[in-house]
Amino acid sequence: MLLLEIRDLRKDYRAPDGTTHTVLDLPEFTLAAQQQMALSGSSGSGKTTLLHCIAGILVPEKGRIRLGECDLTAASEADRDRLRAAHVGYIFQTFNLLQGYTCLENVLMGMAFGRGADPKFAASLLQRVGLGEKLAHRPRQLSVGQQQRVAVARALANRPQLVLADEPTGNLDAANAREALALIREICTENKAALLLVSHDAGVLAAFADRRDLDQLNRAATGHGGAR
Amino acid sequence: MLAHIVTKSLRQHALSTLITAGSIALATGLLMAVWAVKDQSMRAFTNVTGGFDAVFGPRGSELNLVLFSVFHMDKAPGTLPWADYEALRKDRRNIKTAVPIVVGDNFKNFRIVGTTTNYFGVEYQRGRRLALQSGGREFAEGAQEAVLGSFVASRLGLRVGDVFQPYHGLEYDPSQKHEADYLVVGILKASNTPADHVIWIPVLGAQNMPGHRAEAATDISAVLLQFNSAAQGPMFADQVNKGTRDKTVAMIAPTVTRFFQRFEWLRVVLGAMAALVALVGAGGILASLYNTLNERRRELAILRALGARRTTVFGAMVLEAATISVLGVLGGFAVYAVCVGAAAHFVRQHTGVVIDPWEASAVFIVAPVGIVIAGAAAGVLPAIKAYQTDVAENLVPHS
Repeated sequence: MLLLEIRDLRKDYRAPDGTTHTVLDLPEFTLAAQQQMALSGSSGSGKTTLLHCIAGILVPEKGRIRLGECDLTAASEADRDRLRAAHVGYIFQTFNLLQGYTCLENVLMGMAFGRGADPKFAASLLQRVGLGEKLAHRPRQLSVGQQQRVAVARALANRPQLVLADEPTGNLDAANAREALALIREICTENKAALLLVSHDAGVLAAFADRRDLDQLNRAATGHGGAR
Repeated sequence: MLAHIVTKSLRQHALSTLITAGSIALATGLLMAVWAVKDQSMRAFTNVTGGFDAVFGPRGSELNLVLFSVFHMDKAPGTLPWADYEALRKDRRNIKTAVPIVVGDNFKNFRIVGTTTNYFGVEYQRGRRLALQSGGREFAEGAQEAVLGSFVASRLGLRVGDVFQPYHGLEYDPSQKHEADYLVVGILKASNTPADHVIWIPVLGAQNMPGHRAEAATDISAVLLQFNSAAQGPMFADQVNKGTRDKTVAMIAPTVTRFFQRFEWLRVVLGAMAALVALVGAGGILASLYNTLNERRRELAILRALGARRTTVFGAMVLEAATISVLGVLGGFAVYAVCVGAAAHFVRQHTGVVIDPWEASAVFIVAPVGIVIAGAAAGVLPAIKAYQTDVAENLVPHS
């Protein structure tokens, strides 16, 4: 069953000097439910932009993005927010934890806008990522690897159908990166969430059976000889 | 949810929250104090007329007459012959009660006022008369005896049976001692009126005090009056004030009211100042939210990425501003309590008049509500900025 279906997607970027560049020109892209896929691409190939479009944070100029039953490109902003809150988990390279919140509160915020706070489930997720003893710690009090694990737990908090991970191991050392990657994959499997992971790290990419190269898929990408 | 986000944010910016709320507290306290104090002190002062309607005295300022005879402040403008008192006493058609007052002596800065025992019989407030503490009695006419106001007795540590010697003049001067012994025969129960601050002696005793001029021995300072009916007062006052050249009748309550109304301009000025401070407080909210907006953008973007709507972050910002104002307003009540409490204490110490800082007043509702609305409104501009925060741009850290 297809979870994500993208057709004829075009996303432009307006530079400060007023000129417009096409960042993303993607004829087709799909992801099945519970599928785990790695997406590679050189810098500037539009990886983050694609994830933002899928999450409904950015609106494409053209094309269709269907997530589950919902046509994201036809939905209002409020509907996209609702959809993101309910069905999408997001893991960032820079973690983007809320600094004033404890680990538990960070995870609770991951569910707050969707199905609502469930402290038990939040605590069990933190337990699962090995931070059961650190519920009341704040991000600053944790190591970088631990912070990313909080972010992973938060991304799963709303029981998403799709987890988007943007260079999730980019800020971690090799050992932590391996651990984090394994954890993300396991926890997505356990929670029956599909995973779309963006990376340019060959080691990370090698771990995935499903791999796509955005330099090849994106007609606007540098490797494709497009505008950029 | 909103409340949670707001609480977190307020805590994260605790210092600026505290400073902003503090300035709003000052503004609120000041605003309420400025508006409430005049009304409340006016009410308190018009309420302690001793039960009298008017003062009859020598020609002079009405305010001066009222101040010295009712509040025991200020000097007596001159004297009246005893015959004036007799005439008033016999004017049964207009006057219900006439009580003579003689001032001019003190004991350690507390005024000694000569009067008749009729003074104690007047209801100073509805259903209340000056009463003696147990073990005391009223002074005997013509005797060298004194009844002390409760504040005087407790301040000077005098008790029934003690003897003191008066000093000439209204201010204490150790060289002005009268060689006359006065026996304390009674102490009044506290009445929360100026009577608590006075040493009462018989009017004849005051007149005959050794050292007073013999030719003035029958003179009095003023006569306190109660009229038979409220309507007679102004008419009688008019008659005296227009019909004679050397006498004045001052209606007590209207004189006090006029006195306080003189300060209306001061209230307007102070009120405007307080309103400005409130405006500065609201501006402080705007500035503190706006200044922290840059560091907040990332957080707002994260919240948006987690599914928060634009309206949610907008609401959080306005609610934060409103919450700071509410904290400020609560602090404002504390500021008010301290300021007005201190003022009330001061007034009571010096006049015996009790001001109730918490007597109901519209300002206690209008000022807080107005300030919270102004504060919340100050949050609107930062909230619009928060509303416009670009999620994709702010999810990555800016160097």
